[in-house]
Amino acid sequence: MPVKAIAPNYHGDFKDTQDKYHGQQLISLCWEKHTSFGWPMCMPVPPEMPFGGLIEKVIPHIFGDHPDFAKIQWDQVQWSTSKGPFVPDPAKSLAEHGIKHKHQIRFRTPGLDGHLGGG
Amino acid sequence: MAADGNMKPAKKLSLKENYAMLTRGLDWEPTYQKKEDIFRMIDFEGIKIHDWDKWEDPFRLTMDAYWKYQGEKERKLYAIIDAFQQGNGQFNVTDARYLQALKIFLTGIVELEYASHRGFCMLGREFPGAGPRIAAQMQSIDELRHCTTQIHAISHYSKYFEGMANFPEQFDRVWYLSIPKSFFEDACTSGPFEFIVAISFAFEYVLTNLAFMPWMSGAAFNGDMSTVSFGFSAQSDEARHMTLGIEVIKFLLEQDPANVALVQKWIDKWFWRGYRLLALLATMMDYVLPKRVMSWGEAWTIYYEENGGALFADLARYGIKPPKYADVTIKEKGRVSHEMWSVFYANRDAVNFSTWLPSEEEMAWFSEKYPDTFDKYYRPRFEHWRQLEKEGKPFTCKCLPQLCQVCQWPCLYTEPDDATEFLHRETEYKGETFHFCSDGCKDIFADEPEKYVHAWLPVNQIYQGNCFLPGVDPTAPDFNPLVEALKYMGLKPGVDGGLLKDSIDAQRWEQWTSRPANIHEGAYTDFVRKTTNG
Ligand SMILES: [Fe+2]
Ligand SMILES: [Fe+2]
Ligand SMILES: [Zn+2]
Repeated sequence: MPVKAIAPNYHGDFKDTQDKYHGQQLISLCWEKHTSFGWPMCMPVPPEMPFGGLIEKVIPHIFGDHPDFAKIQWDQVQWSTSKGPFVPDPAKSLAEHGIKHKHQIRFRTPGLDGHLGGG
Repeated sequence: MAADGNMKPAKKLSLKENYAMLTRGLDWEPTYQKKEDIFRMIDFEGIKIHDWDKWEDPFRLTMDAYWKYQGEKERKLYAIIDAFQQGNGQFNVTDARYLQALKIFLTGIVELEYASHRGFCMLGREFPGAGPRIAAQMQSIDELRHCTTQIHAISHYSKYFEGMANFPEQFDRVWYLSIPKSFFEDACTSGPFEFIVAISFAFEYVLTNLAFMPWMSGAAFNGDMSTVSFGFSAQSDEARHMTLGIEVIKFLLEQDPANVALVQKWIDKWFWRGYRLLALLATMMDYVLPKRVMSWGEAWTIYYEENGGALFADLARYGIKPPKYADVTIKEKGRVSHEMWSVFYANRDAVNFSTWLPSEEEMAWFSEKYPDTFDKYYRPRFEHWRQLEKEGKPFTCKCLPQLCQVCQWPCLYTEPDDATEFLHRETEYKGETFHFCSDGCKDIFADEPEKYVHAWLPVNQIYQGNCFLPGVDPTAPDFNPLVEALKYMGLKPGVDGGLLKDSIDAQRWEQWTSRPANIHEGAYTDFVRKTTNG
C-alpha cells in the first residue's frame, strides 16, 4: 500500500519534480572513498551542460582542495551511476549521457583512496 | 447533621476506587452519536482492539493528584532557576564551548517536546478507552511543561550569549533542524496507534535513556545546574512515559495476534528513525561537551545493546523480534559521531552553533574509546584540517548535500561493513529518483512512498528558490540562493556558526570570566593571558 491514510487513494504531490528547477536539473556528485568531503554533493545544473564542463569546472571547484586532487589521472577515472559503469564523452551533454533529474554520478580514482586513509 | 443523629460520614474511597471513579467513571457510552463517528481515527491503521477495559493503568494517577504533584515540582524548579540566575550561574559552566551544546539542545530538542505535546493531545482525543486517553492527556501536559521549563531554564543564558533568541524560527528554517522536525511530523501524521508505538515505545522506552542520562550527567559534569534541575523535574514524568510505552505494547500484542506484524513494522521503522535522530546526540556527547561523561559508543553498548537486548528477549514471547537493522547501529557506533562532527565542522557557516577541531588530548581520548576506527579513519582527517587551519585556510565544504528522503540527514553515512565507502541507496518511484541514507530509511519509503514524496527537503527547496526573505528578488542577476538561504534561516555570519575561536561568544566569555572559551585549546584572547600570567 503506498500509504495508510484515513482518505482512500491519498496521493502526495512530488515536491521536487524537475519543472520546479527553472530549466535546470538536480544531480549528485560523489568522489568515492573521499569521505572527508562528508557527503555526495547535490547541485542544480543545466541538462545541456557538456560532461567536459562537469570535469573542468564543477568538480575542481568542489573537490580541488583535496591533496589527492592534483594527482588524478582523468583517463583512469572510473565513472558510474546506480545503473552501472559508463565512459563519459566530454563533448556530449549530461542529457545525452542519460543523466536524468536527481541522478547520482560517482567517480572513483583507483590508487587515490583519501588522504592518509582519512578520506 | 441529621436530626436523628444517625448520619455517618460517607466512607472514604480507597485509592483504587478513587482512581476508577476519576478515570473510567468519567467516561460514558454515547447515545446521540455513533461511536465510530466520534472515534474516527481508530480503525484505518488495521489494529484490532476487542476490549479497552483490559487496559491496565500503570500509574493509577488521577488528575487531581497529577496537578498537585506537578505543581510542587514546578515550584521547586523555579526556585532553583531563580537562585541560578541570581548567582550568575551562566558563568559557572565549563566554558563557552558548552554553550554550543545548549544551542543544539534548544533548537533541536525543546521543540520536539512541543511536538510531542501536540501528538499526545491528539491521542487524548482519539482513543476510545478512558484509561489510555487520560494517560495521553497527562503526557500531553507533561510534554508542554518540558518545553516551557526548558525554554525558561535556557533563557537566562540568552541574556548573555548569542544565538539562542530565535530558536522557534531556526527550528522551522535551519536546514539540519528539519531532521528532528520531520521526525515528529511523521509521527503526528500517523494514526494514533503508530504514534504511540513510535513515541511511547520506540522513542521513550527504548531510546530515551540514551538521550536523558548522558545529557543530564553531561550538564552536571559541566556545571550547568539549570539544566540539571530541569532534568530532575522531568525525570519522574519520563519514568511514567516509559511505563506507558511498555504497557501499550503489551496491550496491543495481547488484544489480537493480527496486531503483532503491524507493531513489529512500527518498531522497526521508529527504532531506525529514532536512532538516526540520536546521531545529533552522539555528536554532542563526543565532540561538543567539554567534559565528557562517556563516549557514544559506550552509551550505545549499555543503553541499547545490553538494556535493549534484555527488553527484546522479554518481548520474544509475543513474537516480537529485535528491531530490523539493529546490527547496523552496532556496526556504526564507532563512526557516527566522527562522521557527523566532520560535516558540521566543514559546514560551520551554515549552522547555528560554533565548531572547532578536537585537540591532541581529545584525539587521544577518541583513540582510546574508539580503538578500531578513530586512528584509522578520522585522526588523519582532523590532523590535516588542523594543518590547514594553521595555514589560515581552514577546510570548508563547497556544496550542499544530497539528502535522505526519509530522515532528511545528508547521505553522510558509510557502508555498514566498510567505513571508507559512502553508502548509496536509491529507488525509482513513478519515474522519479529518491535517495536514502541507509537501508532502514529506504525500507520506510518503500512501505509508504506517498507519505515521503512530498517531504520538504531544505537543500532542494533552496535550489528551487523558495528559501529567501520577503522582498528578495530571485530573478535579480546577483541573486545568490545560498547567501539568501542563510538569511532566511536567521544565521548571521560571525555570530551563529563559524569557528568558536572567532565567535562573539568566545570573546565575551574570556572577557567576562578570564577563563578560556574552550578548555581544550587554551586562551583565544588576551583577557585570559593577563590574569593567568599575573
Ligand atoms: Fe518530554
Ligand atoms: Fe517524555
Ligand atoms: Zn535516512
